[in-house]
Amino acid sequence: MTKLLEVNNLHTRFKVRNGYLHAVNGVSFSLDKGEMLGVVGESGCGKSVSMMSLIRLLPPAAQITEGEVRIDGEDITHASVSRVNSIRGSKVGMIFQDPMTSLNPFMKIGDQLVEGIVYHKKITKAEALKQAAKYLKMVGISNAEHRLTEYPHQLSGGMRQRVMIAMALLNEPSLVIADEPTTALDVTIQAQIVELVKDLREKLNMSIIWITHDLSLLAGMVDRIMVMYGGYVVEEAVLDDIYNSPLHPYTIGLLKSIPSLKTEAGSRLPSIPGAPPNLFTVPTGCPFAPRCEHKIDRCQTEVPALAAVPGSSGDRPHRVACWVDMRGRGVEQ
Amino acid sequence: MHANQKPLVVVENLVKHFPIKIGAFGNQSAVVHAIDGVSFEIYQGETLGLVGESGCGKSTTGFALLQLHKATSGSVKFDGVDIARLPAKELRAMRKRVQIVFQDPYSTLNPRMTIGEALAEPMRVHKICPEKDIQHRVAQLIRDVGLNPNVANRYPHEFSGGQRQRICIARALASDPEFIVCDEPISALDVSIQAQIINLLMDIQEKYNLTYLFIAHDLAVVRHISDRVAVMYLGKIMEIASKDDLFGHPMHPYTKALLSAVPEADPDLERTRKRIILQGDVSNAIDPPSGCRFHPRCAYATEICSQSIPELTDQGGGHRVACLRLAEIEKETA
Repeated sequence: MTKLLEVNNLHTRFKVRNGYLHAVNGVSFSLDKGEMLGVVGESGCGKSVSMMSLIRLLPPAAQITEGEVRIDGEDITHASVSRVNSIRGSKVGMIFQDPMTSLNPFMKIGDQLVEGIVYHKKITKAEALKQAAKYLKMVGISNAEHRLTEYPHQLSGGMRQRVMIAMALLNEPSLVIADEPTTALDVTIQAQIVELVKDLREKLNMSIIWITHDLSLLAGMVDRIMVMYGGYVVEEAVLDDIYNSPLHPYTIGLLKSIPSLKTEAGSRLPSIPGAPPNLFTVPTGCPFAPRCEHKIDRCQTEVPALAAVPGSSGDRPHRVACWVDMRGRGVEQ
Repeated sequence: MHANQKPLVVVENLVKHFPIKIGAFGNQSAVVHAIDGVSFEIYQGETLGLVGESGCGKSTTGFALLQLHKATSGSVKFDGVDIARLPAKELRAMRKRVQIVFQDPYSTLNPRMTIGEALAEPMRVHKICPEKDIQHRVAQLIRDVGLNPNVANRYPHEFSGGQRQRICIARALASDPEFIVCDEPISALDVSIQAQIINLLMDIQEKYNLTYLFIAHDLAVVRHISDRVAVMYLGKIMEIASKDDLFGHPMHPYTKALLSAVPEADPDLERTRKRIILQGDVSNAIDPPSGCRFHPRCAYATEICSQSIPELTDQGGGHRVACLRLAEIEKETA
């Protein structure tokens, strides 16, 4: 398969009052055409910032200090602002977490959708409205022509998220970045949206990056998972490997600590002690070391690189950033 | 299992309506039917889980139990006393026996009070112990929730979300309560911290012999911590049963859909799983559907479902379900 996206050693930091907040500390990965990647981690692990860095959709205080992003071979990190603007919304679509605040409350749904089409394509407003209606239908909104004339407050949360998805698809992007698109929704609505995205992905053959904090949600959805912690990618593997043979102590701890509908109820959950790191100082060693029960001396002094696990091969090796060989010590399935 | 036990909390036909103003100029009156006739009981020492989607009235139920919302009608009996009709002075005395842990530990601690002051206040208000013992008791509580007693002189902003929730739990314990409403106590926390707080809640329940109403939208968490579970939808209880019955043999079509929507961290299972995808959204609580509240989204609904309101009826062993077509559905899906 051909690579749609290549990210090399990406660093992003925020200027704050007394220095810098190091949100992304050297993230490297690639994405195939048509592939769906899940990015999972806790709040502040750098998952959103690293993915928004791909298209430089960052607040003014943020700055990409190192690294390179290539979409379809084109260098995005050093491209001009106008070039990046033409890529956002056409080649790369975005779906944000909170459909309640990501739509403009003063604009009709139709006007908001049309805006995205006429920016990138030379067509009339009437034609653009027709297209907008087509996409609203595609995301399962009935009575689409009428909905175009409504305002966001007239729609429910689930409907609004469907509008956001339609908006992301308008210009047939080859990559969609979905930043926690179901976190603000109820579980039955979440199930609707997940089915919709799986369906659309097949129909439109696009690549999707799905950012979430919910490891369970990804199990039925993505091809590959990248686990982030403290601004680093700590593990990356195809779906089944992450759940069946996780190799990073953080991934293992996370999987064990999630109560599922199958775990023995009433027992104490194995929990990860401590709290996620603050990002004001770059750690001298592994970012997870302070909470890790398997740590060795080396973990405190050297940051482990994300490296392919010996024995894993093929297009998609299992990569993990850990000094300790956790093979055979992971979760018992 | 509760044959010989006395319920600690008995809720009967509880109703809470919020009058609101709608329209562009607030010129129309309307009523939000937050809770519409809810009855259940909570036994001494158990955890009752209360689940449902946002806006179903689960938090309002918790608040009404503590009289943080004055009930529109119905009764809440705590240890035999109807607290919905208690005079203010007696209600205040009752408050030390019932406490709450809120969802958001960031906004529910006073930023200007040290942890020690926040924990000592309920003890002074309710005269739990003599003044000279307060510091000792504060230290004990802080230890009980897994923190170092020397944090008593520090302020909330110095703590992480998980630590703050531990402090909120300590504060709820300060008045030596028998019953605690846990209103989504882990929803605002990081995934790796959630398990710590669930374990803590279970530990202190054992230690202090507490009774919990555990409100949450995360079904896996509710299953883990609860003895019995009630499922709410749009102001009504749809199903209430022991945890094993509810998760092992759910009967109400809504419960079934809710359970099938929960993602599982198991790719093999997810591949083979058949999901029930509910159509549409939760209806509006201002103008709730007639008959069964769930009928507009229910795959089994017939005409009768939009006409009569189903009552919670016992299907054996305290497994109560509110569905008019239950017998037919059970036959159909068997």
